Amino acid sequence: MKLESRNNQIAQEVIEIVEKYNFQREKLLQILEELNDSYGYLSEFVMKEVAKNLQLTTTEVYSVATFYSFLNTRPKGKYIIRLCKTISCVLAGKNAVANALRNELGIDFGETTSDGKFSLEFTNCIGMCNQGPAMLINNDVYYHLDPEKAVEIVEKYQ
Amino acid sequence: MVGHKIQILFSPAETGIALRLAIGKKPEDIIAQVKESKLRGRGGAGFPTGLKWELVQQAKGERKFVVCNADEGEPGTFKDRILLTDHPCKIFEGMAICGYAVGAQNGVVYLRAEYRYLREGLVNAIKKMKESNYLGKNIMGSGFNFDIEIHLGAGAYVCGEETALLESLEGKRGEARNKPPYPTECGYMGCPTVVNNVETFCYVPAIMTKGAQWFSEIGTMESTGSKLFSISGDVAKPGVYELAMGSTVDVVLQLVGAKDTKAVQVGGASGICVAEKDFNKPISFESLPPGGSIIVFNKSRDMLYVLKNFMEFFVEESCGQCTPCREGTYRLLQGVEMMEQGRCSIHYLHTLRDLAQTMLISSKCGLGQLAPNPFLSIIDNFKGEILARDRVARNSKKTPVVR
Ligand SMILES: Cc1cc2nc3c(=O)[nH]c(=O)nc-3n(C[C@H](O)[C@H](O)[C@H](O)COP(=O)(O)O)c2cc1C
Ligand code: SF4
Ligand code: FES
Repeated sequence: MKLESRNNQIAQEVIEIVEKYNFQREKLLQILEELNDSYGYLSEFVMKEVAKNLQLTTTEVYSVATFYSFLNTRPKGKYIIRLCKTISCVLAGKNAVANALRNELGIDFGETTSDGKFSLEFTNCIGMCNQGPAMLINNDVYYHLDPEKAVEIVEKYQ
Repeated sequence: MVGHKIQILFSPAETGIALRLAIGKKPEDIIAQVKESKLRGRGGAGFPTGLKWELVQQAKGERKFVVCNADEGEPGTFKDRILLTDHPCKIFEGMAICGYAVGAQNGVVYLRAEYRYLREGLVNAIKKMKESNYLGKNIMGSGFNFDIEIHLGAGAYVCGEETALLESLEGKRGEARNKPPYPTECGYMGCPTVVNNVETFCYVPAIMTKGAQWFSEIGTMESTGSKLFSISGDVAKPGVYELAMGSTVDVVLQLVGAKDTKAVQVGGASGICVAEKDFNKPISFESLPPGGSIIVFNKSRDMLYVLKNFMEFFVEESCGQCTPCREGTYRLLQGVEMMEQGRCSIHYLHTLRDLAQTMLISSKCGLGQLAPNPFLSIIDNFKGEILARDRVARNSKKTPVVR
């Protein structure tokens, strides 16, 4: 019963967002981005509802959702830390920062803390190469990192 | 002129002056002026901008579109970020002039998800320009309408490739299309579409106000004007530099305070690795193709590790649509890993080179066609170093040399 009413609520929210984009097929990516923002990830249920409202197959929605690295099809932490692992950041000391983040959060890259707060990921170049090592936490960018600074920043999100 | 710092993009310019000049002219005359300036696209391929605009202007279509490629994902590139942050009005003015010239009323900026924090500033800049009637309806009383919206990507390097970008704009997977037809004929929603890099649009207002001749006198014969370089790696002063086209690698290194330089990667992961013997070469479309990115490595760096980092990048970012790229990038990475362990014979190296050639001619889009670039250039430049590596697993029978 409880689950059902929650699902009804989600279904309603999906309709509202799809409506905002005038049920346009070409707005699928924006629609998924908004839903990803509100729920933290795109559940099977959400994708099915989107498909229904845009008259697409669920597979089509799923294939788009899984193509892009900023869309999650599984639950992630509230804060997603994306540390750049491309060469300029490596030259600037990314490995030490990666170790500090691992130690601080007690998880490896690709994992989420048990309290659901942080996910730790590597990403490719985020355009901060002159100020590396650099990382994103959700939409915020941090640069000129060293182990100490990185850990202090994460601390602020605790 | 060559090699000196110049300021076209980084000089202050009052918004609207170039646009006012442009809408007082005939669209054909604007296109002629851009053609005369010999401006070439700054997104990598260097396609003549005036010609691209002309193709869209002459194409038949009820609607036409102007798309600004702000997907900047090439490793080592951050010049567009600076323009998006500090000079958004130059970009939008360039787009509006383009719209007027080709007959489009809609512009879209495809902004990479990693730059989401820049969106607010861009939206505000558009709002301000609308208030001044530089965008929107009946621009400066000319009857010309032009609107710009910001479209956010979702994290995929390949979406910088123009047809993959258009797929993504249409809400699909960012998989490159077959070409032809080119976007100039069949782009966004099947309509003729101009796709230009952020930097390309930024030169347009200056060309309008200062003239095509002035622009074409800067740089070299085939590569006119200036170019923004994103410089990172082992240098004292990393950052974005605006230099005349044709500046040599040497000059660039001196400018940014690079010492003990072993190699320079020009053009990002898809670019070419240049060793000391070629530091006197100019960076221009005729010689070393100027991507936005210059990454400097000093003598302490292991170039095979650098190559591995690039190949991992391509394996992850390949969209997987076509076999030469999906399989090829993976095989090249595997080859690099074998070299790392001293398990790659020269015979196998030749096989990998053949594979790289195959990828070059048979991949569907630029990602797969360019991925062999760092592989071939790093191996060629540092073959001795690579072949002479310590055999890590010398005693292990499980790791035979691969032939
Ligand atoms: C894999 C790949 C990634 C690309 N990424 C970008 C990019 O981030 N920004 C860009 O402007 N062009 C990029 N391009 C080039 C575009 O396909 C296209 O040529 C360019 O946007 C055209 O603009 P221009 O003529 O102003 O250079 C990329 C090409 C490939 C093959
Ligand atoms: S070359 Fe690579 S990225 Fe391009 S279409 Fe083929 S698989 Fe996709
Ligand atoms: S290499 Fe890390 S931001 Fe570009």
